[in-house]
Amino acid sequence: MQNHPVYTDNDPQTEYSTLNLGPTHPATHGVFQNVLQMDGERIVSGVSTIGYIHRAFEKIAEHRPFYQITPLTDRLNYCSSPINNMGWHMTVEKLLNIQTPKRVDYMRVIIMELARIADHIICNGVLGVDTGAFTGFLYMMEHREEIYEIYEEICGSRLTTNIGRIGGFERNFNHIAFAKIKKFLVRFPPVLREFEALFNRNRIFVDRTKGVAAVTAADALSYSWSGPILRATGVDYDVRAMEPYSSYEDFDFEVPVGENGDVYSRFLVRNEEMWQSLRIIEQALAKIEKEPTDIFHADVPAFYLPPKEEVYNNMEALIYHFKIVMGEVDTPTAEVYHAVEGANGELGFYLINDGGRSPYRLHFRRPSFINYQMYAPMSKGMLLSDAIINMSSLNVIAGELDA
Amino acid sequence: MAKISNEELLQRLNDKFAGQVTQTGADFGLLTVEANKESISEVLSFLKTDAALQFIFLTDLTAVHYPELEKQIVVVYHLHSLTTNTRIRIKVGLTLEDLHIPTASTIWDGANWMERETYDFFGVIFDGHPDLRRILNVDDMTVFPMRKEFPLEDPNRVDKKDYFFGR
Repeated sequence: MQNHPVYTDNDPQTEYSTLNLGPTHPATHGVFQNVLQMDGERIVSGVSTIGYIHRAFEKIAEHRPFYQITPLTDRLNYCSSPINNMGWHMTVEKLLNIQTPKRVDYMRVIIMELARIADHIICNGVLGVDTGAFTGFLYMMEHREEIYEIYEEICGSRLTTNIGRIGGFERNFNHIAFAKIKKFLVRFPPVLREFEALFNRNRIFVDRTKGVAAVTAADALSYSWSGPILRATGVDYDVRAMEPYSSYEDFDFEVPVGENGDVYSRFLVRNEEMWQSLRIIEQALAKIEKEPTDIFHADVPAFYLPPKEEVYNNMEALIYHFKIVMGEVDTPTAEVYHAVEGANGELGFYLINDGGRSPYRLHFRRPSFINYQMYAPMSKGMLLSDAIINMSSLNVIAGELDA
Repeated sequence: MAKISNEELLQRLNDKFAGQVTQTGADFGLLTVEANKESISEVLSFLKTDAALQFIFLTDLTAVHYPELEKQIVVVYHLHSLTTNTRIRIKVGLTLEDLHIPTASTIWDGANWMERETYDFFGVIFDGHPDLRRILNVDDMTVFPMRKEFPLEDPNRVDKKDYFFGR
């Protein structure tokens, strides 16, 4: 992939040194191990070892009712857990043929786009840190905090959110949540503009990233890449546009694509995606105002837990509560594949249901796992420092890598 | 290009592989066909290279264990044609005695790790795979943990047995 000269056997130096990059290295941002054969500063070959935080989610999921699988999905890509949560809920809703009201769809879109921004903030901020510019990271981090506060207002937690339920949300967005979202929409764009001003034409940053780890569209497709890193190679594949879910077809947004597939293109694509996400959130807020304010879940009593006061005072609610908790509701026997556009690419849920209380088989198509496998082959001939920023720009999240 | 209808897709597959590919379902509009392990390489190559189909994107590769079936392990491929925005699911059943199947990593580089994962959890041996090792589990593991007989919890535990809940 790179045209740097690799020293051959004719060189006087005949032995390569072995470098264990990881599993815990401050520059790898997670548990990644790569055993590299080094010729000075240049990588001759590498082997990735993964699975350090494998937690057997697919096995656990076979023993849990549907609503208890949501917390497992939190821990896949923990930088944007809400997207995973929503993806899982939509998979189950597809299985159960649940139509969610438009307002629920728009609420989900807001949360998913905020999560995408939060994820891209980390990735692009850290890319700056790895190239030696700490400032941008600090500017942006404050606003990831604002997004986490919005999560907190909506679901009570920050990182592993377990946000929403099958059929909608467990509670309505309150006025503070809306106020915080609106505040974010006002406060974040100037910072993002400043961030772009710091980096996009920064000589040091461009020299460090342009042309580094360039991948062709053909290679990227062959390696099943998806998400921003695929779009950076010029392929406009975005699940939100190709197979709209959660009413994405109602929104006007663009799918940014890059040209060179290098680290710099990925950086630009992610930045532009943040702008598009802001556009989507603005539209969603406008659309929500036209919807009835008290709807925040679909009317599916057999799958949506009733409020506690009804459980105590209403016979039907008590029955449904019992049936849901004990997993006594019949579900169709079917196979579902549902994909959402995660922050790192196509996050797919392949669910085989046999009508029981838990999935017969659940497989996560984890973009980080699939994206990361090109890392060792593409590092050949690369400088070690380039390989480090290449890993940052792939934005591989260990939780999603190992599942 | 417009989405390829399931009928047309099946027709093309039948024209090319008479009797080797059969439809087993189309849940939620996603055509599911069953192939056999002798023809799977040609089926995948055909789907990828045919000018009208162009299933160039290997979305996912995994397996499922059905202990009650004769062919217990089913390898599942999800392909995506990006130009026509069509998906297809292909299944190949394998018996426990003969878990060999040709690799797809010669067709898609991305199949490499997906096959390693499938080997790791189900013990499917992908013939021709360049580096078929365990990937998420430890190297010296001897079992294939996603098979149904592999217990998740202590099998002697009784407090979660179904009969306590009238099931």
